[in-house]
Amino acid sequence: MEMLQSIHEVLSQPWPWWAGGITIGITLFFLLYFGKEFGLSANLRTMCAADGAGEFSDFFNFDWQSQGWNLMVALGAMFGGYMAATYFSPDQEAHISQETVISLNEISKDVPGSQLVYGEVPIVPAPTVEKADIPDFWNLYSWKSLFSLRGFIIIVGGGFLIGFGSRYAGGCTSGHAISGIADLQLPSLVAVISFFIGGLIMTYVFLPFILKIPF
Amino acid sequence: MKFFKYIMVGFLFGFGAYKLEMISFFRIYEMFHFQDFHMYGIIITGITFGIIITQLFKLGFVKTSKGEQKTFNPKAHTWPRYIIGGIIFGMGWALTGVCSGMMFVLMGSGYTVFGVFIAAAMLGTFVYGMVRKHIPH
Repeated sequence: MEMLQSIHEVLSQPWPWWAGGITIGITLFFLLYFGKEFGLSANLRTMCAADGAGEFSDFFNFDWQSQGWNLMVALGAMFGGYMAATYFSPDQEAHISQETVISLNEISKDVPGSQLVYGEVPIVPAPTVEKADIPDFWNLYSWKSLFSLRGFIIIVGGGFLIGFGSRYAGGCTSGHAISGIADLQLPSLVAVISFFIGGLIMTYVFLPFILKIPF
Repeated sequence: MKFFKYIMVGFLFGFGAYKLEMISFFRIYEMFHFQDFHMYGIIITGITFGIIITQLFKLGFVKTSKGEQKTFNPKAHTWPRYIIGGIIFGMGWALTGVCSGMMFVLMGSGYTVFGVFIAAAMLGTFVYGMVRKHIPH
């Protein structure tokens, strides 16, 4: 019992970056060992096909039932997120650098009461049980936010770009940045560099304006 | 039962992704502003282990659970799709702070509005399927 408690305590600490290599490594190893691939965006195509999109485009006419295993990986990821969020994250914080807090506060400086405090930044921009009093400016992942223009762009616009872009590029962060580069595929390296070009354009050029839309 | 092992692998990945703050909008913002090593540390160690593991399978040191040689599909060397598609994906990644794996983790973590995000992502994939013959690959 005491051992379980200490395991719980260790896992509840913020994880260091090198734990990322272990997490990703174990995930990739087992998926390859089972004869599969690591690539989560492929599920979007499967979900479209399962909803009958094959009637509209040959792209969705494939044996989607053979992709059920990948949907199970996604389902497992949902459970994993639930367990980590509910039982293993006592502070619900993103332990970002002070520099990042300063630059985020620069975006929201004209909105009173919306400043983030270093060391107390919530893990995602949404109210949680531990941090219910998040400033409205940073309340992005909620149903209330969805019904504002700003939130609509972030939730629906972002989702659309992810879904369109990942299939167009033939993979996402797991498919290209991990699986593809690990297989030393040049196209995957080009894709990941392009992810960063797109990300830099968004985060420097558009994101500050989108966040500042007042409605 | 044959699906249980995949749920377990996904569970481990989702658990780790949450604890590593890979699901955090703020972490993704920080990464794109080069303000901390955290996300780069995850990517670099992930790729390092990934290369070792992939080569072990490719060179035949490790076989699949059925005892077979794992095969990998080389990606076609046509560039527009990786560049244009990649930029579109990257813009979505930085806008919401979420990629296609993390949307499932967030949904499970209790941010139910990600049901709408996933639906929007399916719409994006659907639209791609409709227009793919008319855009450069």
